[in-house]
Amino acid sequence: MKRKNWYLTIGTVLTACMLAFTALGLFWTPCVPSAMDAAARNAPPSAAHLFGCDAYGRDVLSRTLEGAGSTLTIALAVLAVGAACGLAVGALCGYYGGPADALIMRLCDAAAAFPSVLLALVVLAITGPGKYNVIGALGVLFIPSFARLVRGEFLKYRDRDFVKSARLMGVRDMRIIFVHILPNTWPTLLSGLTIGFNNAVLAEASMSYLGIGVRPTEPSLGYMLKDAQGTLFTLPWCTVFPAAAVVLLILGVGLVGEGIRERMGAAE
Amino acid sequence: MAEPMVRISHLNSWYGRGRNRKQVLRDVSLELAPGEALGVVGESGSGKSTLAKCVLGMVTDITGTLEVRSPRPQMVFQDPYGSLNPVKTVGWILEEPLRASGVRDRAERRRRVLDFLPLVGLEEEHLARKPAQLSGGQRQRVAIAAALIQGGRLIVLDEPVSALDVTLQAQILRLLAGLREKLGLSYLFISHDLAVVYQLCTRVAVMTEGGIVEEGDVDQIYDHPRHPYTKKLLAASLALD
Repeated sequence: MKRKNWYLTIGTVLTACMLAFTALGLFWTPCVPSAMDAAARNAPPSAAHLFGCDAYGRDVLSRTLEGAGSTLTIALAVLAVGAACGLAVGALCGYYGGPADALIMRLCDAAAAFPSVLLALVVLAITGPGKYNVIGALGVLFIPSFARLVRGEFLKYRDRDFVKSARLMGVRDMRIIFVHILPNTWPTLLSGLTIGFNNAVLAEASMSYLGIGVRPTEPSLGYMLKDAQGTLFTLPWCTVFPAAAVVLLILGVGLVGEGIRERMGAAE
Repeated sequence: MAEPMVRISHLNSWYGRGRNRKQVLRDVSLELAPGEALGVVGESGSGKSTLAKCVLGMVTDITGTLEVRSPRPQMVFQDPYGSLNPVKTVGWILEEPLRASGVRDRAERRRRVLDFLPLVGLEEEHLARKPAQLSGGQRQRVAIAAALIQGGRLIVLDEPVSALDVTLQAQILRLLAGLREKLGLSYLFISHDLAVVYQLCTRVAVMTEGGIVEEGDVDQIYDHPRHPYTKKLLAASLALD
């Protein structure tokens, strides 16, 4: 009997909506996000400003649209850096093993022992804030968790008979790693990527919230929350909408990941 | 007599390193003629699988002489669920050995795969399927085809039918016997099952504790076993039947 995979369905719909929302923000916003309209200061949500305006008279919808775009871009870039390097390191360590593997894994343990936001703080304290510095710092910090995940998968597969058989046929190691084994690890990697994506969104938001992420001229959801925290009770719309964007994005992607895991479990 | 396909003399082999280094094979000597099917029987831990791995070059901690005349000897594994890549199609699995041996042209690979299918009793429609969509017997046919398609003449069969039920066993054994005749293959057949060895092999070597205790034609070994261990194995197998 096939059970409906609600996690995957709801997660996909939610993620698609949030991606559409973000994509919209790349091309169109109702107002210029940084434009201050003195007449609309502290305006609650209305037909003219759907999400209301902040203390400077800036349109919250426009800023949420643009902020979601930059948060998403940063999260994806962090994920790309972390996943690509983690994949390479994990695959080679898992496949070849040996002393190099042991050494690299101990380094990963050491890096994982520190909270990643704290380490990123240190890096950004040295390099200064800015989009690319955030991507670089968080990306490097995301490598160990991916490396460990990928390594575990490769350990599982490297002694399977189909891999031995490929070796006997004279298939080269790099081809065995990336063509024979890697596709088998996709379900696990995808679910790891969804978790990583969520962590990246949260890490970017927390860094911006702490004021060490993107520069004030580059809006991001985290930075908006930082800006709005003083007016949480007087101007709740300034907090609720950007926060809702973060929550919905993470919830959608998290559900997709859960759905993938459920489907994997069903397949096994 | 022609040059043997495999010549092993005074082969010793070890597993592990340092203090954990354990000898697995002790002074094994063996010859396998071209076109011959040699059964190697023994209980688990007797060293028969290690012997197979040595022949395939998968064990490197060895002393003695080991000559293998076939390029790229291949292995057919016990469990056809594990020996076929689960995410690939049968067509891909059968083309991969050709890719590895340098057949660049896709049409050429496809043609050679199609030519090979009838030999192992598979059809063109199977090519698009994944291993999970095949029966156990069909999977083992795919594994056999993948082992043979590079054109190697020496095949190591590691319990190739013990994961299958009895009727399928008979089918696959018939297929293997037919292929040996048609393609002039040499088999090194590893098994604990004396009945299966009797059906496929011309000669049999009995192994225990890393050494060969008795070797000869199947009829001779089965009718007049000399070594007490062989007698014990035979008695155990008869008791099961």
